[in-house]
Amino acid sequence: MTVDTMRIGFIPLVDAAALIIAVDKGFAAEEGLAIELMREVSWSNVRDKLNIGLFDAAHLLAPLAIASTLGIGHVKVPLLAPFMLGLNGNAITVCPALYDALVLAANGGLDDPKVSAQALGRVVTERRRRGDEPLTFGMTFPFSTHNYQIRFWMAAGGVDPDEDVRLVVLPPPYMVDSLASHQVDGFCVGAPWNSVAVKLGIGRIIHFGCDIVARAPEKVLAVRAAWATNRASALERLLRALHRATDFINDSAREDEVVALLAAPNRVDVAPEIIRGTLSGQMQMALDGSSRVCADYILIGRDGGARPEPAHAAWLYAQMVRWNQAALSPDLLAAAKACFRPDLYDAALGGATSAKLPRKLLDSVGGFTGPLFDPDDMAGYVRALSVHDR
Amino acid sequence: MHEDSRFTAGKAHALLLRDPALKIVIVDENPVRAAILADGLREAGYIDVTWIEETASLLARIYSLDPDVILIDLENPSRDVLAQMFQVSRAVKRPIAMFVDQSDAAAIEAAVDAGVSAYIVDGLKKERIEGILDLCISRFNAFARLKDELERAQTALSERKVIDRAKGIVMKLKNISEADAYAMLRKTAMNENKKIAEVAQSVVTAAELLK
Repeated sequence: MTVDTMRIGFIPLVDAAALIIAVDKGFAAEEGLAIELMREVSWSNVRDKLNIGLFDAAHLLAPLAIASTLGIGHVKVPLLAPFMLGLNGNAITVCPALYDALVLAANGGLDDPKVSAQALGRVVTERRRRGDEPLTFGMTFPFSTHNYQIRFWMAAGGVDPDEDVRLVVLPPPYMVDSLASHQVDGFCVGAPWNSVAVKLGIGRIIHFGCDIVARAPEKVLAVRAAWATNRASALERLLRALHRATDFINDSAREDEVVALLAAPNRVDVAPEIIRGTLSGQMQMALDGSSRVCADYILIGRDGGARPEPAHAAWLYAQMVRWNQAALSPDLLAAAKACFRPDLYDAALGGATSAKLPRKLLDSVGGFTGPLFDPDDMAGYVRALSVHDR
Repeated sequence: MHEDSRFTAGKAHALLLRDPALKIVIVDENPVRAAILADGLREAGYIDVTWIEETASLLARIYSLDPDVILIDLENPSRDVLAQMFQVSRAVKRPIAMFVDQSDAAAIEAAVDAGVSAYIVDGLKKERIEGILDLCISRFNAFARLKDELERAQTALSERKVIDRAKGIVMKLKNISEADAYAMLRKTAMNENKKIAEVAQSVVTAAELLK
């Protein structure tokens, strides 16, 4: 077997785990791949370096792979996603003052996102009546599940994210500082930043991402479409190495080793206990001690999560349409769906990995409110979710 | 990136086509590189150049400055903040597009390689700012070379210092000449397949321990 070299870009986040383990445990090497993992500081960089060929593949926000394919917001470069590196993994955190205001405005327990969203709607209305500045929220990128999750939640409470509040992009490492200095009142971000805010006593986690959307297509392995054709064999071996890595990550007997590898300075570089908490979905929600365990907090290759489902791509495209990032057209929908490639995944892994799970579960995204998502009636879905009809 | 003829040509081009009215913002956490870049732009005739070092409230600052061109270094995580400017939204005063479009594969590659990214206000004629990116790329490359040289010089300097200290220690302990002390360090380095500076560092560390 010849050795194929590749450069793969990643952002130091827990959902880069499959790539890190595939390389650092030697699964990639056993497939004849010499992979150099390249740490990056922004999604814009990862996208650009993948687009121009400095990277062979990348850990990428799933919606960003679709945006690049459709040519929205930037240069049009067709990308393919043959492997889901992670589902879920985000959370919404708010500052103590906003939390208290939500408690006062809530009709019921705030752990129900319907209740918290309606409470947010009341807080926003009350602030407007008093002539206060609108609330400000941070998220990580315009084409990200963070953006779509926090918008989904706000809209359920009748809050228009573009009109009633300020929603701004913040690099994750700056989220906590911005909350501490009151530049934002809350944010939606991945691990470890929600936990960091909680530990400092400046934020409370009010929802895990999976409370908003049960199976959110979070990060993909992205490659250029042309590259996938030219390096078909190398890609197939990469997918096998990633698959082995996800099995390793989900083997509880390997937890200590996985945590140690991910925590390394040249990898995710955060405290091991935070990585352990993230992977097991066990997180402290507030400084006063209440903590929560949720098995679905983050899914790395578990429960059929590694297979890219075109229905998920369609859902992400629907969010782009809903929030005026993309026009609604059958061609764009088809192109978005074609960006996710379960066929490449199945071919590499023999199709045996997720066949046991019901198709309905695999296709579903599972929003906490609103109509059931139907990729074949996108116009109806988007219309039914209109904020202004509430 | 290679100093190929394209950039040399671009530099000359910039001098011919300078457009003093353009408002340029540089977002860079490195003050030296920002200064090198700002100087270069001013020399080329661009008068209105502002440097933003602080990345808190970056978008608000950019909106208040209302620039035609934004230059940002690729090592700055705030690059993602700029992505928001492309979004069609009420908060945005006017849409901004990235300078390098589909036809500019070579330009984007050169820019990424040099570590800089450029954004312009939508609708601005490309010819008016062509020279700016070329100038940026060459200044970023010049800065990288400078930094590289400086690092090498610093390494050489600190290596010489540690070798001098080790020589002194060996001379004192063994009561031998400077030339002999150096010969000893060199021989040990050769035998152990190490650099003299590494052996010297071990001697210094050991001496500190045994003080």
